[in-house]
Parts: sequence; C-alpha cells; structure tokens
Amino acid sequence: MFARGLKRKCAEDEEAAPAYSLQRQSLLDMSLVKLQLCHMLVEPNLCRSVLIANTVRQIQEEMTQDGSWCVPVPQTAGRASRDRLVSTEILCRSAREGARPAPDPGDPASELQVVPAAQAPGVPPGGVWDGDGPRENRGSFHKSLDQIFETLESQSPGAVEELFSDVDGSYYDLDAVLTGMVGGAKSGQDGLEAFASTAAPPPSAGCKSDLGELDHVVEILVET
Amino acid sequence: MHQPPPASSCSSSGSCECARVGVRLSALAPAAAPCPAPRRLPRPRQLEPPSRGTSTLIRAGLGPWCSPTGSPAPLSCETGCGEGSWILVCRLLVPTQVSLLSMEEDIDTRKINNSFLRDHSYATEADIISTVEFNHTGELLATGDKGGRVVIFQREQESKNQVHRRGEYNVYSTFQSHEPEFDYLKSLEIEEKINKIRWLPQQNAAYFLLSTNDKTVKLWKVSERDKRPEGYNLKDEEGRLRDPATITTLRVPVLRPMDLMVEATPRRVFANAHTYHINSISVNSDYETYMSADDLRINLWNFEITNQSFNIVDIKPANMEELTEVITAAEFHPHHCNTFVYSSSKGTIRLCDMRASALCDRHTKFFEEPEDPSNRSFFSEIISSISDVKFSHSGRYIMTRDYLTVKVWDLNMENRPIETYQVHDYLRSKLCSLYENDCIFDKFECVWNGSDSVIMTGSYNNFFRMFDRNTKRDVTLEASRENSKPRAILKPRKVCVGGKRRKDEISVDSLDFSKKILHTAWHPSENIIAVAATNNLYIFQDKVN
Repeated sequence: MFARGLKRKCAEDEEAAPAYSLQRQSLLDMSLVKLQLCHMLVEPNLCRSVLIANTVRQIQEEMTQDGSWCVPVPQTAGRASRDRLVSTEILCRSAREGARPAPDPGDPASELQVVPAAQAPGVPPGGVWDGDGPRENRGSFHKSLDQIFETLESQSPGAVEELFSDVDGSYYDLDAVLTGMVGGAKSGQDGLEAFASTAAPPPSAGCKSDLGELDHVVEILVET
Repeated sequence: MHQPPPASSCSSSGSCECARVGVRLSALAPAAAPCPAPRRLPRPRQLEPPSRGTSTLIRAGLGPWCSPTGSPAPLSCETGCGEGSWILVCRLLVPTQVSLLSMEEDIDTRKINNSFLRDHSYATEADIISTVEFNHTGELLATGDKGGRVVIFQREQESKNQVHRRGEYNVYSTFQSHEPEFDYLKSLEIEEKINKIRWLPQQNAAYFLLSTNDKTVKLWKVSERDKRPEGYNLKDEEGRLRDPATITTLRVPVLRPMDLMVEATPRRVFANAHTYHINSISVNSDYETYMSADDLRINLWNFEITNQSFNIVDIKPANMEELTEVITAAEFHPHHCNTFVYSSSKGTIRLCDMRASALCDRHTKFFEEPEDPSNRSFFSEIISSISDVKFSHSGRYIMTRDYLTVKVWDLNMENRPIETYQVHDYLRSKLCSLYENDCIFDKFECVWNGSDSVIMTGSYNNFFRMFDRNTKRDVTLEASRENSKPRAILKPRKVCVGGKRRKDEISVDSLDFSKKILHTAWHPSENIIAVAATNNLYIFQDKVN
C-alpha cells in the first residue's frame, strides 16, 4: 500500500541500477511466495493463482532461454536484497530491452519493505548462478521461509503440516493447490503419519528439506 | 462478526422480521425482536416534511438544499458528461447492527450524526459493498455486501412540494441473502459475500432479483403488503385458534389496510452446481433462463428448475496442471437469447451461439487485440486480464475492462477494439509495486449509460472516470465525504504524472490504493449514477437547469 507523503531516499539515487536479472529474480521470488501463501489461504482465488503461475512460468522460460548469461555482480550486492525493487521501471519495460540504469529517484517502490522475499533455489537446470549468489540467496531464504512458517504456526498449528501433506505425490496436483488443500489433516491420521515417517519433518527442523519441498512445488508449477 | 438478522420470510402467522417501509426502520431489523415498534432515529437538523416514510439512513451532515450556482454545461443523455456538471444527491451509509442496537432513543441528534460520520469506527468489513445494480426502470437500486446482505433502495417519488428531493433513494427493503457456509469436503469456508445481483424485468406487482455468492444463486421475491385479512372464522385476532364449540356464525374475512410492509422471500435456491467461484450471473432476454459462470464453467438454468442446470461452457483441462486461463465474466446478449459472451484472464472475449451445439466450447467469434510488443513486460498478461464485460444496450457493442483500460468492441470486428480509453495509465510504471501489494488483481467493473454514449468505470483514491464516446471527452470525479457537499457540483480531479504539480492536482504517489471504486451503476434512462466506495454508496445525478 502506498503511504501518503513518502520521503525520498537520497542516498541511493546515484548507485547503478541493479541488473535486470536481479529484478527478474526478485519478481520470481515474490511470485512464488504469493503462490505459497495463497495455497494456504482459506479461499484461494483461482484467477489470481493462475495469473501468478503464468508469470512464474514466463520468467522461468525466459531464464531458461538466457541460460548462459553471466551477470556481473554489482558493487551494491550487499544491499541488493533490500534494493531489489528499487526501480520498477526496469522490470516493467520490455523484457528484451535489458537493464537500463535509470531508476526513478522518487519511486515509492524503493521505500517499500518487501515481504520476506524467499529465494527459490529451484531454478531449472539451465540457470547458471554466480558463486556468491546461491549461498547468499540461500541464507536469506532460510530466514525468510522461517519467518513465513513462524507466522503460520502461530496462527494454526496444523497449517504447516497441511502445507506439506499434499506435497505427497499421490494427492498433489495443481487442482489441489489452486482450489484448496486436500483435507489431509481431517481425512486420516494415517495419511499424515505415513507422510511424516517418509517425508520431510516440519520445516523448523531442517532447512534442506524446505528447499526440497519448494523444488517440488516449483517443478509442478512449471512442468520442467 | 455481528449477528445478521434472520432471513425474512413472512407468513401470515407468527412473527416476521421484515423491515417495515411504512416507518422506514433502519436498514437492519434487530435480530431477536419480531417487528419491533418503530424506532425513529433522531432527525437530522433540517426539518423534512414527512414523505412516504422518514428515511433513517444517516445523511452525513447534509445542510439545507441549496440551489446550484453557476451555469455549467447542460447535460443530457445525448451530450454525455460535461465537465463539472455532476452533483451529489445523497450518501447512504448503512450502520452496522451493533451500533444501532446500542443506541439510545434520546441521544442528542448532533452526537448521533457526528458519531456516524466517523465511518471507520462503525463500519465493519461486512459492510463493504460488493455489488450495485439498478433495476430495469431505475426505480430500485440494489446493493450487496460482504456480509451477505442485500439492501434495496427505492427512488423518492416526485412531488410538487419538493421537486429537488427527486432523485433521492431511500431504503426499501433489506434482507440477509446468503449465510456463511462450510464445505466439509474441502475444509473451506464458503464466503457469504454477494458477488452479483441481477434484476428480473418486472412482470407483476412484485420485484424479483437474483443474488449470488461464490457457490449458490438465489431468486428473491420482494413484494409489498398493505392489506391484512381480518375476520377469520377459526382464528381470533391474535391468530390463536378458537375453540370450535364457540363458533356459531360464518363470515367472510375482509381485507383491511395496514402499515406498508415490504417482505423478501427466497423463491428458488440454485445450489451445488459450481465447483469454482461464481463470478457472473446474467438473465437471458427470454426471461425464462439465466446463466451462472464460475472460473471454469458456465451453467444455464431455468428459473423454475433448481435441481438441474445445463453446462454450456467448460474450459477445465483434463490435467489441471495445464490450466492457464480462466473465465472472468459472462453476459447474455440483451436481445438475442441464443447469444452470450464470456471473457478470460488472457484478455480474450468469446461470443457463443447456443444454437450451434449443446456445449459451446467452440466459440462463434473470438475477440482479441494483438499485443503491443513495445509495451510487453512480465505483467502484460496480468493487466490484460478482463475483469468485466458488458453488452451495450443496443446489443451492437461490448465493453471490456482490464487493469488499465476500457475497450469498446464492435461485434462485427474481432481483431481489435474500436475504442480504447486509458483509465489510469500513470500506473503503468508502478505495476511491480501493484503486483506486490496485490492491487494488480483488483477487478474493476464498467457500465454504459442508457444511450450507450458514455461509459464509466472506477479507479483508486475513490476516483471514478467517465468517457464520452461521442465528444471523446473524459472526466475524473471523486466520491468522498470530504470533497462532496450535497448539491454542490463535483469538481473534476486530475492526477499529476510528473513534473510540476498544479494546485488541485494529486500526484501519483499520494493516491490511496486502499480506496478503490470497483462497483458502479448507471440508471437505465436518466443520468443518475450509484458509486460504491467501500461501505458508502454515493448517488450522483447531473445537474439539470
């Protein structure tokens, strides 16, 4: 939500705009978070889910095509996680134009505190990452995913298990994702127990399993 | 959540819980008490001669009617929207039941008015208006809200004494149309929010309307009762059965006048036909059938048959993972009962002819504008998603609303629209932020005026826009309490895109994206419009002479 009368940030106007690919990546992260969140909602909106999924697909396709690009890490990499949405202009321009450094000085987007943007390590095999990238990304991913699950757990203890209960291949299809969770918790304790024994423990226990689950989610969504 | 009043179904015996028009009770009858004694809210400061019933809807600080000053361009149906010629008729705010029940009878008028003026303290989310619709004559205006309530307003009758009061709408009836439900199979709650209301053309003294939430469509009958039978043989005046031994004579009951009562009864419930969320309903021009559309399917119903419907469009893929497109809106042609259109999330419109086949999966016409390659971005598809589609009254054109534009299409030309109007193009550079805060998924509606010469749609910051198709002029107006005095002329607003901001302009960064106007309605024959801003309903009319 735009707050009224936002003050301008003067410090970062002169910095070089983050690369287009970074922008694209952040959009991908945001989209995946949205999909995850709407998966947990009581009433998932199918139209919204489909539109977000299409956007994710589009980004993934483009990233696959760009497979061998190598992005020079900008000097401001340290602040990159905050400034990912500095210039919405770049992202909103034609995809083929590439990065053109011209951020709006007064762009309110730069002021927005992004919802913890989880990095998706589930990039299709074609993507080549910088050495720094994945590690740094995974760091922030752990934190942000934990944050998401914290809030979830505080609201409804069962929700977290339910989130992963239908990652089980047999129930899992886009139908369930997009139209509401299969009532795993209600339909059978067995289902959950069986799941718990074979599949990942609750996410607070291990982050590696989170990445695995997310991989799975992205895989399904993107049909790689 | 506040306790909604029980569904009004008045029978001849027992207590009933309908709003009484005669004394214009507040919009919400108290839940427990049956037909309470008239509760008269303290009158606003100016004296109103009693009309058909005192409206107890809160008029926010309306002063005495003042004659308009100045001489803006006259507005008629033909000339369309002139600048500065719309005036506020009334602003209607339905207070929540909680606040009403807690009110004492002897509270000072001024305190009441002031306390209700602070909308935020009393308005709950259940009061957010989710649909607005005039009936076919424009005499009635129905609104549905998130709490599942339907409130019907009726136009003030014209009278010689108060010519300037004409055009006002007062509460006529209110009822709880839908209740929240729980889908046990999916462990999901079904919202009671009213997604759409559609009126049926009037065929007798009663009014009929369709209202729908995400899953169930209901046909409501709204009728007046002003006579009561008296003099039964077997029952006494209170309705108690009389001892048969005491009955020695036979008489015919007679109808005696009573206080006017408006009752709403559910006549049909069309349920269990939609797996996905219903987004549109449309009454066919044969007045015998109607259709309901959800994200993936469209069903055709007969009004008389509730346990069966025909599926006429099904775009669900066999493998849901391949789903990339959903239905966003659908409408029947106003004259041809075999023709309908539906829009999609990919910005396409399909026109179907039901005579071609039972399942209209293959369209007769396909409307799509080729993409502009220079404007392409990751958000192109999202902003091309059509949120509303409306036939013109003539049936020759369709109008579609996507996130940034309104387009008018000629039915005979499928490859591009004949007119495109920019609603708020200054948002094009903010799409990423709007995607992040989900505003990009807002579904705005659009409406035609009676003569199809002007189109209207909403925007953010409580702005709404009108486009005159003939003169190509457009105007931005605001529906807000702060800026509208009754009978004062609405001032056109302007959004400043960049560079120097003039005195009256608003910069894009100052727009309030939480104040969005999604639902508007235009009177079928006159220049009266209803604009829903969150829980407020504004009624404007053009100033004539």
